[in-house]
Amino acid sequence: MPSLNAIVSGAALMERLLDAVAAIGKAAIAVARQCGRITLFAAEGVSQIVRPPFYPRMVGRSLAEIGYFSLPVVALTAIFTGMVLALQSATGLARFSAETQIASLVVLSVTRELGPVLAGLMVAGRAGAAMAAELGTMRVTDQIDALTTLSTNPMKYLVAPRLLAGAIALPLLVVVADILGVLGGYIIATLRLGFNGHVYLENTLNFVQTQDVVSGLVKAAVFGFLVALMGCYNGYNSKGGAQGVGSATTAAVVSASVLILAFDYVLTEIFFVR
Amino acid sequence: MSDAAVAAVPKLRIRGLRKGFGAKQVLDGIDLDVPAGTSLVVIGGSGSGKSVLIKCVLGLIEPDAGTIELDGRNLLAMDREGRERAVATMGMLFQNGALFDSLPVWENVAFGLLARHRVGRREARGRADAVLAQVGLAPSVGDLWPAELSGGMQKRVALARAIAAAPDLLFFDEPTTGLDPIMGAVIDGLIVDVVKRLGSTAIAITHDMASAMRIADSVAMLHKGRIVWQGAPDTLMTSGNAIVDQFTHGRREGPITMELRR
Repeated sequence: MPSLNAIVSGAALMERLLDAVAAIGKAAIAVARQCGRITLFAAEGVSQIVRPPFYPRMVGRSLAEIGYFSLPVVALTAIFTGMVLALQSATGLARFSAETQIASLVVLSVTRELGPVLAGLMVAGRAGAAMAAELGTMRVTDQIDALTTLSTNPMKYLVAPRLLAGAIALPLLVVVADILGVLGGYIIATLRLGFNGHVYLENTLNFVQTQDVVSGLVKAAVFGFLVALMGCYNGYNSKGGAQGVGSATTAAVVSASVLILAFDYVLTEIFFVR
Repeated sequence: MSDAAVAAVPKLRIRGLRKGFGAKQVLDGIDLDVPAGTSLVVIGGSGSGKSVLIKCVLGLIEPDAGTIELDGRNLLAMDREGRERAVATMGMLFQNGALFDSLPVWENVAFGLLARHRVGRREARGRADAVLAQVGLAPSVGDLWPAELSGGMQKRVALARAIAAAPDLLFFDEPTTGLDPIMGAVIDGLIVDVVKRLGSTAIAITHDMASAMRIADSVAMLHKGRIVWQGAPDTLMTSGNAIVDQFTHGRREGPITMELRR
């Protein structure tokens, strides 16, 4: 027969186990609740895009903020990525005497993956953070409430234009990133590795297919939407003062970055795995 | 409805309004009538629910129970469009101004006009300049950005924005907070002037007794989520109500106890 001490310690162990299960359950419910809130927020934002009145000035402003002002950082990221990719693949492919494949490797990597993903991450760090900070400040200084008292739906005026602009601006940035990424590879291949420029470009154009570029642009549209969504959601729902705005900004960048990588996998499965 | 019956309906009637946040019951059965064309000032300590009361009327916070009637029609029973139309007849001066940082002053003032009345930008600019003049600001101020204004000027611009669409019902949340006594008196004077000129009904909330006396036709004291006293401003200092007496004279001892968190 088990001793009293053994029964007590067994009960305590069971209690600790149940506590742990309860904690995991609570966390799962919190995550599910948060996902639900974000989905409803996104649905409301998208529905406001297509319903009048429209705010073209706000869309234009958001396009400039997300697209135009992110151009330098995205361009620099793309060109250096193309350069590194050419250099790394040269050393790797040399082991199989397949250096001629550098052009195809660079163009496929840039158009399918690195262009949209790196542009998305850069825009998340720049424009996503700015959106969360702006909307968060508007929330804590009553500016969002003021919009409502002035017969203006804040979701329509603040969120919908940013969601639309995000989905439009990032593909445009990725077009630039694709071109500059290939250019970076071309510079290294011709100046550093001694490739013939004409042959390199011919290889590039022969290997790349429309689907490679289009899939990258579709990914970019989704990533742009996600960056704007997380920036707006976290900013719009921020609480407290400066600390709350700071937390919202961090959450916007982190959640957008994670979602970009997660959706990248999902979209790659959809486009390229048959 | 007969003329007498219409006259008997207050501009704003609140009955049994309740709102809680978690375990804290902020509004615990508010009953309030505000006759048309009068100014009511609601006084009360910090955290007593004054701002929540206004936000419930404006539809910024959904109350848990009660009715809010505007001209005899229950706002809480209206559909979304009806509620939006009702809110469009209201104006609000926020405590910190809540001016839009990303817009110049004139667009702040004309924002409601552009949103509600679909006026062109040139016409809106003209009307914004006219409203700025009503609050004692030159048209050139319209080209400045909110961050370039002093606290007093921000309050004036916020007042101009609140009255630009000539609302029937005006709310003022702590209109003199953060201002020196002279500027506070100036803002109060402007409020009294514009309310009289527009023929609007006004509800202000404040801690500032001097401001309350200047603005009010009637004063109500909010304490622990209920209206505990209402009367004319000249009876405020001699109300005979222990809660009002402690608050208006700023005494530490009395029925109002401050909750301190450690």
